[in-house]
Amino acid sequence: MNAPVSIDAASEAWTTPLDQLDPSHPRRFQDDTMWPFFERLRRDAPVHYSTTSPLFGPYWSVTTYKDIMAVEVNHKAFSSESGLGGISIRDRPKDLRLPMFIAMDPPRHDAQRKVVQPIVAPANLAKLEHAIRERAGRILDGLPRGETFNWVEHVSIELTVQMLATLFDFPFADRRKLSFWSDCATAVPEAGGFIDSEEKREAVFAECLAYFTGLWNQRVNAEPRPDLISMLAHGEATRDMTPREFLGNLILLIVGGNDTTRNSISGGLLFLNENPAEYAKLRANPALIESMVPEIIRYQTPLAHMRRTALQDVELGGQRIRAGDKVVMWYISGNRDPAAIEQPERFLIDRKRPRQHLSFGFGIHRCVGNRLAEMQLRILWEEILARFERIEVVGPPKRVYSSFVHGITELPVRIPA
Amino acid sequence: MPQVTYIEHDGTEHPIEVEEGLSVMRGAVDNGLPGIDGDCGGECACATCHVFVDEAWLAKTGLPGEQEASMLSFAATAQPNSRLSCQIVMTPALDGLVVRMPEAQH
Repeated sequence: MNAPVSIDAASEAWTTPLDQLDPSHPRRFQDDTMWPFFERLRRDAPVHYSTTSPLFGPYWSVTTYKDIMAVEVNHKAFSSESGLGGISIRDRPKDLRLPMFIAMDPPRHDAQRKVVQPIVAPANLAKLEHAIRERAGRILDGLPRGETFNWVEHVSIELTVQMLATLFDFPFADRRKLSFWSDCATAVPEAGGFIDSEEKREAVFAECLAYFTGLWNQRVNAEPRPDLISMLAHGEATRDMTPREFLGNLILLIVGGNDTTRNSISGGLLFLNENPAEYAKLRANPALIESMVPEIIRYQTPLAHMRRTALQDVELGGQRIRAGDKVVMWYISGNRDPAAIEQPERFLIDRKRPRQHLSFGFGIHRCVGNRLAEMQLRILWEEILARFERIEVVGPPKRVYSSFVHGITELPVRIPA
Repeated sequence: MPQVTYIEHDGTEHPIEVEEGLSVMRGAVDNGLPGIDGDCGGECACATCHVFVDEAWLAKTGLPGEQEASMLSFAATAQPNSRLSCQIVMTPALDGLVVRMPEAQH
């Protein structure tokens, strides 16, 4: 099942002169051959300046857990502003950059984030638990037996899109529009998929905005309700948003609310199949789901990086980062840093401190939905174990062409009849 | 060693001795107390070690710093006596400290 370690990639990673090393190419993430490049950087140049990327221009790579944490907590020096380039290594054309609260600095960020934060308050999560369990059960009961199917399509996408539809109070029959918009938002044009130009992406965004404007108009004239659209329509910091800002925040909530958990759902099943001893441990002791869930999220690292832009000169890891420089925090590397995590290369479902990982980010931009994501994974695995002795991965996964979204598009599986 | 009483949301009390110089978060996590997570390991970067400081002790624990206050401002159930327990370091003056836990950390 394990893809053979690419000897070519490893030898390239360890022999390329450091000043020519570029760990960011999406192809590497699609082929799953980026690992040795980060191993090299963590060892030889933990804060590294790359000038050779054909896609992204010059940028700093921050690759160790400790240095990433230092950037995370220093939002005064490291900006997330969309106008400066935002949160991803790819600089979108200036006029197409979307304002959204993850790509804002305080105080605007704080005010907008607080509008949606109550959706994941403990009392609200408790209310969602029952619905998630019922849906997970229904999805699992409908799966074919004894034949090969794509786990991503039938389970990962379906469960997370249903959840997202609930959070938005979005018409249920149209829910697959949400995953379509999500995929369009994160698609890399040169990958040759449906979104092969920024024009096409903008056309899809216009559809998305028009649909949601309809929902906004219903909600803004009704009493406030605990769904994300109503919260935005009535929130003091969000009710006067421009259409572009509304669209930006929608895309943030759509991508953040389904794509990430989708890939952890897919990754988890893959990792258990690659590590049969861990799968056996889990079957013998379902209580391990509690620590397995954060371990899946660490091991998958659904977003490979977040980007910042330096607002001032900063010293980091012995390097001088200059005001204006692009700084990429490679979560996917920090999550495999042996200085912070014991045996980080191994998928171990009973780790002592499994939540000490970077996948949700840290500091003021830490994932709003982190506990909801964990809850979805926990319930899904409880329901899987209650039904199936084993779900077999029967072929290699297909991965996303992106160095931002670290995802899986196809995972062929079979449930023994 | 100075003692801290941690009170879970359901009222269960845990009197624990916490070494001077360690944080109140560390005292909970190292003793496996439920209700305090401390995901970031004490960097004031996740707000999952949120506690309510007993009013009688507020003067001694002091107020949140800037980074702590901004992390706390995103916590669902923050109150004026909220602190991140990773930022309260045990001293002899805090012997007897009482902290209560929120319904959940997130």
